[in-house]
Amino acid sequence: MKTIHRLLAAAAGVIALAAPAALAAGEYKKPEEHTWSFEGPFGTFDQAELQRGFQVYNQVCSACHGLNYLSIRHMGMEGGPFYTEGVAPNDNPALQAIAAEMRPIEDGPDDFGDMFERERRVTDPFPSPYENEQMARSANGGAYPPDLSVIVKARKGGTEYIRSLLLGYDQEPPEDLDIRTGNYYNPYMSGQVIAMPPQLYEGIVEYEDGTEATPEQMAHDIAAFLTWTSEPHMDARKRMGLMVMIYLLILCGLLYWSYRQIWSKVEH
Amino acid sequence: MSGPSTYKPSTGFEKWLDERLPIVRLGWDSFVDFPTPRNLNYWYTFGGILTVCLMVQILTGIVLAMHYVPHVDMAFASVERIDRDVNFGWLLRNIHAVGASMFFLAVYMHIFRGLYYGSYKAPRELLWILGVVIYLLMMAAAFLGYVLPWGQMSFWGATVITELFGALPLIGGPVTEWLWGGFSVGNATLNRFFSLHYLIPFLIAGVVGLHIWALHVPGNNNPTGLTAKTSNDTLPFHPYYTVKDGFAIVVFLVIFAFFVFYWPDALGHADNYIEADPLVTPAHIVPEWYLLPFYAILRAVPDKLGGVILMFGAIGVLFILPWLDTSRVRSMRYRPVAKWFFAFFVVACLGLGWAGAELPDNKVPVLGAIGVDFLLLGRVLTLYYFAYFLVILPVLGFVEKPKPRPASIEADVLGSKKSGDAAAPAGAPAE
Amino acid sequence: MTDVNNTPDSGQDPSRRDFIHIAAVGATAVGGAFVIWPFIDQMNPAADTLAEASTEVNLADIDEGVTVTVMFRSKPHFVRRRTQAEIDEARGVDVSSLPDRDARNVNIEAGAPATDENRSALTAMVDDGVEVDDALRAAFLVSGANCTHLGCVPTGEAGAYDGWFCPCHGSHYDTSARIRRGPAPENLPIPPMTFISATTVRLG
Repeated sequence: MKTIHRLLAAAAGVIALAAPAALAAGEYKKPEEHTWSFEGPFGTFDQAELQRGFQVYNQVCSACHGLNYLSIRHMGMEGGPFYTEGVAPNDNPALQAIAAEMRPIEDGPDDFGDMFERERRVTDPFPSPYENEQMARSANGGAYPPDLSVIVKARKGGTEYIRSLLLGYDQEPPEDLDIRTGNYYNPYMSGQVIAMPPQLYEGIVEYEDGTEATPEQMAHDIAAFLTWTSEPHMDARKRMGLMVMIYLLILCGLLYWSYRQIWSKVEH
Repeated sequence: MSGPSTYKPSTGFEKWLDERLPIVRLGWDSFVDFPTPRNLNYWYTFGGILTVCLMVQILTGIVLAMHYVPHVDMAFASVERIDRDVNFGWLLRNIHAVGASMFFLAVYMHIFRGLYYGSYKAPRELLWILGVVIYLLMMAAAFLGYVLPWGQMSFWGATVITELFGALPLIGGPVTEWLWGGFSVGNATLNRFFSLHYLIPFLIAGVVGLHIWALHVPGNNNPTGLTAKTSNDTLPFHPYYTVKDGFAIVVFLVIFAFFVFYWPDALGHADNYIEADPLVTPAHIVPEWYLLPFYAILRAVPDKLGGVILMFGAIGVLFILPWLDTSRVRSMRYRPVAKWFFAFFVVACLGLGWAGAELPDNKVPVLGAIGVDFLLLGRVLTLYYFAYFLVILPVLGFVEKPKPRPASIEADVLGSKKSGDAAAPAGAPAE
Repeated sequence: MTDVNNTPDSGQDPSRRDFIHIAAVGATAVGGAFVIWPFIDQMNPAADTLAEASTEVNLADIDEGVTVTVMFRSKPHFVRRRTQAEIDEARGVDVSSLPDRDARNVNIEAGAPATDENRSALTAMVDDGVEVDDALRAAFLVSGANCTHLGCVPTGEAGAYDGWFCPCHGSHYDTSARIRRGPAPENLPIPPMTFISATTVRLG
């Protein structure tokens, strides 16, 4: 079987060598490398960063992009931007204040059968910027601003793609690229043309924690926040993963030992 | 192979039970005192690993079905709810999704092992055919399951695969509409796919029962391909192979857990986190990695019906393999020529997978300089895939001169211990 | 354990040999036990269910002697504006004579006696800056509407104690929704409630 092992290894090598070349052949730029607190097997979310990212979402992105699969209370769950130990999401004062400031929500019917508007609560979903896709398209020149709930998992390149895209408006388009009015050149976008105008200008957000809101800082924070919305249980996943790995490796050792003991008596 | 039963009921209750329903005896004869060749290597642990895979998929699947909603308006949202709100939902879904890939990884190891050691040859033809049936059912279950999250890849994968049936002459159109329950993939399709996805694993479990039954009549094949004759050739299954399989299963679980906890989305496709949209097809639609070789075979033919026939033929040929291989020698360990054709067959399958993942018109790295694109690569490898079964194996049995084989499994085991690897002839497969 | 590493193949000492097998099987069993938990816990209420929205009831619309049934956490709840006669009747009962002497009211400390004062909306919390008439609070009784026996919804203004009567197995509740006779073990539970205006109460 050694021959087979060698051949398999060689085949894997060929594929590994070929893969980057195949990527570069695509028609968009690879997202820029960047360092994140949640990288690697032990990385965790940075709560201050998530809170700033939420502020960017709330004050900039939410005008056009929804977070349809999230409720406000999610931000108070363990690992979330506003999680406080021992406080249930429903009782979280920071979230109650955030909910109250958001657009009212339609509820009902009341005792007379009419729908009515009331203050948004922690248990309610994030407000949707448009009532339906048609309205979203007509408000955006035919383009549909995607929902951001799982955007990091829904795009190749994930977190780094989001950050690069938001900062990628400053580059010169190639001369042969035809960009229609209302569209913008952005090399990180698939097809290199994007309908979303640049958003992150100096000073568009004033951070509550006093951090200077440079475009780089905002892009970093919103990318981190959207990573959290895409995978709110990432911290728990890695924590449990460590325990499971330690357990399995110990069990592996025990079983191998046991295996050697049992087979020590026979030639095989 | 299995001799008279050695089970001795030790308590009154066991005796009482044994006279009425000898289920403990069955378990004892099959998994405790079952005589197993003493020279099985780690390639033979994948049967046990696959049993674990099937159990993991069934258990996590039953639990996920408690939360999943098979409706086009709610399926995607219900999967998001599993990931966000259901207790341990993220864990269970990761295990189920990664588990599908792990299942196929293990089954490919299992199949290639069978091909190399000639496990499909008499008297194990039915054992092999039942295995191919399991493999077919697995592909069906995987495809149906991939549709359920109702992402873009779910929807368009379902569309493309069901459209395959449209290639059938005359009945193609009606059959496709019958599969859909409408005029396109829609809510009716999603509902029936969910129902069938829940059913198939239990069918698989049933065929696995037959597969093990068919295994326990002639007994295990082994790396020498020799039939076990004396009790010196075998060891009782327990504890020798329970512990070996157990160790291999845990090593496999380490890889499994690595993906579940540290790289859960690596084996999936980003587009499937976009909710299904019947108006927009993703730029690059590909099946999951384990079906890519068949996708490449499908695309190798410029004709719709031809491609479909060839794709199903690629699996169909496995059913007649026991009668295509004319060699009298089972194990390729003693087949110096066949071994190399087999090695290239493995490479061809990997290459077909690669060709299936890329756009057909893209140039193959390095070979692209001489004008080889992935379509051509796919065609050449498809040709080899079929040639391996239909030409090489039938002809080789007549022209190849096998190397001398040891007298028995026992002789092989003790002989190699004494002589060691250094004494083995050059190019011989060392265990 | 470390000394075994020096002689991995020995297996001379039977106790040491057994130890490793027992350890391996034991570790597998412990792992298996941990694996079971996610499969069980996933059936517990999910985060969205636990966070289910609260319910607001406008008391101004409810006349004396009228019961409104509202849904709160997917369960029906009675909201009754009782007549003075009913309040007096409820207050006249000696708590020590009740089958269940616990107020079953999450708004006050656990185990408080089942007096009518401890059961009525007098125990509801009041938001800052909201003034609520005490007579109004005393008149209102808000309670779960599922019989504590097996969950049927009792009929109002019925039974031997002028309160509720459960048709399923004959439990009688009084005008304070306390169990008086029949198989039900407990008084109908009082949900968490807060006055958010002079006439609006929020459950949850």
